[in-house]
Amino acid sequence: MTNLITVNGVTHRYDKHKVLEDVSFTIETGSFVGLVGPNGSGKTTIIKLILGLEKLQKGSIEAFGKPIEKFHNKGHVSFVSQKANSFSRGFPATAKEVVSMGLTSKVSLLRPTTKKYEYLIFEALDRVNMMEYANHNIGDLSGGQQQRIFIARAIVNNPSLLILDEPTVGVDTENVQQFYQLLSQLNEELGITLILVSHDIGTITTHVTDLLCLNKSVHYHGNPGDFEHMTDEQRSKIYGHDMHTITHDH
Amino acid sequence: MLDAILNFEILRNTFYTGLIVGLLAPLLGTFIVVRRLSLIADGLSHVTLAGISFGLFMQKKYTLLALTPFHTGIIFSIIGAIVIENLRGVYKAFQEIAIPITLSIGVGLSVVFIAMADGINTDIYAYLFGSVAAVSRSDLYLVLFTAVFVIVVIIFLYKELFALSFDEEFATVSGIRAKIIHYLFIIMTALVIAASIRIVGVLLVSALMTLPVATAMRIAKSFKQTIVYSIIFGEFAVIIGLIAGYYLEIPPGGTIVITSAILLGLTLLIKKWYLAYIYKG
Repeated sequence: MTNLITVNGVTHRYDKHKVLEDVSFTIETGSFVGLVGPNGSGKTTIIKLILGLEKLQKGSIEAFGKPIEKFHNKGHVSFVSQKANSFSRGFPATAKEVVSMGLTSKVSLLRPTTKKYEYLIFEALDRVNMMEYANHNIGDLSGGQQQRIFIARAIVNNPSLLILDEPTVGVDTENVQQFYQLLSQLNEELGITLILVSHDIGTITTHVTDLLCLNKSVHYHGNPGDFEHMTDEQRSKIYGHDMHTITHDH
Repeated sequence: MLDAILNFEILRNTFYTGLIVGLLAPLLGTFIVVRRLSLIADGLSHVTLAGISFGLFMQKKYTLLALTPFHTGIIFSIIGAIVIENLRGVYKAFQEIAIPITLSIGVGLSVVFIAMADGINTDIYAYLFGSVAAVSRSDLYLVLFTAVFVIVVIIFLYKELFALSFDEEFATVSGIRAKIIHYLFIIMTALVIAASIRIVGVLLVSALMTLPVATAMRIAKSFKQTIVYSIIFGEFAVIIGLIAGYYLEIPPGGTIVITSAILLGLTLLIKKWYLAYIYKG
């Protein structure tokens, strides 16, 4: 398998506060990686570095074989942020219009939304089971439905890598399982490599193929099954922090 | 009024300019309102006033004829726009502070220039509240040029502007060059404000950018619909406001904004009754 992302010796500070220290890992094509760690462990920072939203200070990151500084995203990488749920609810846009934003690198008004683009939008909506809500105002949908629309927006451009930062914040527990199933489908059926950032290890270990524990530095990277069989004490050691696994019956 | 429009060029110019700003102000206003930057128009209009006062002062003291107050207003407005965008970068956590800073500097400069130009006169009165008889042919051409520029940019960058307004982080990740587009957008706003001031005046220009949008948002289902309804309400207010202003001999700024406010009030009431009816039914 080839590496989509290679992170090598990355250290990052905000003013004097060190948030990442000598972080190295690789993300293989086709994997579903759970990136976990307690609050303030640097999860969002490493994601921002990979997405080019934050400038690299020390170390190197390669995306699709290119140094991140020279990598121009033309739809290869997509993103669902944790803030997706806190956009202004009164924004006058339909679900369909929100999904169309995912095609910005392809469409402008001079190349009008042709039938092909329309088809792509509906295909993405269908994939997340939200076809019937295409013309609903985004603010009128529930937290879980909104997050599905944001997934549709993220996949409409057919990305190779999809990064999700705490996507289940604001989604009720009933829908969380369905949401993870949807992610597994995207990974298995469409072959999209996924990085899922979460602080909820208990739920995601059953879905991901790789587990990456980050707390300033990488404390564990490997099979989620092995991690599940460890005692809480061993896990706390790896995690570098007191941790409690939240188990969910399903 | 139709007779007068046909017979007097200056009224005709005003009417055409009114129709253009009735389209441009709500069009840009939709993006401004959804980005929660409604006050930016107030900030920029006061900087434009500083430019206009500077122009009046230069005209009076040095008979500077090459640049009219309208031109100096446009120049100041663009400088103000760039200052606001830079200040938003400096105060990342308190971006809205950029607007009161620029607004107060604009008012401060206006007071100084107006005093230096020997106080308030009828010229400045027309700039403050708008006028039905202030648009020369060259002003109209400048407004027309602004309109073509703004409409072309919006057609080209509609998706980018829409995506940036909704979710800046996602737009940036998608490869949209947020910084350049922000600058372009705020410069367009500065141009439209300077263009609108001839009709609605400094003090009321922000109303033409926000009231029609506020009205449209109550009834539109999509973003595109919001833009279309905003423009319809904007044009309606400008036409009724100009006609009423002409006959009542009131500066059109007042009549246009009052018309917009009535439209907003009616829409809110009708929506309320409609919802009550739906829930009852």
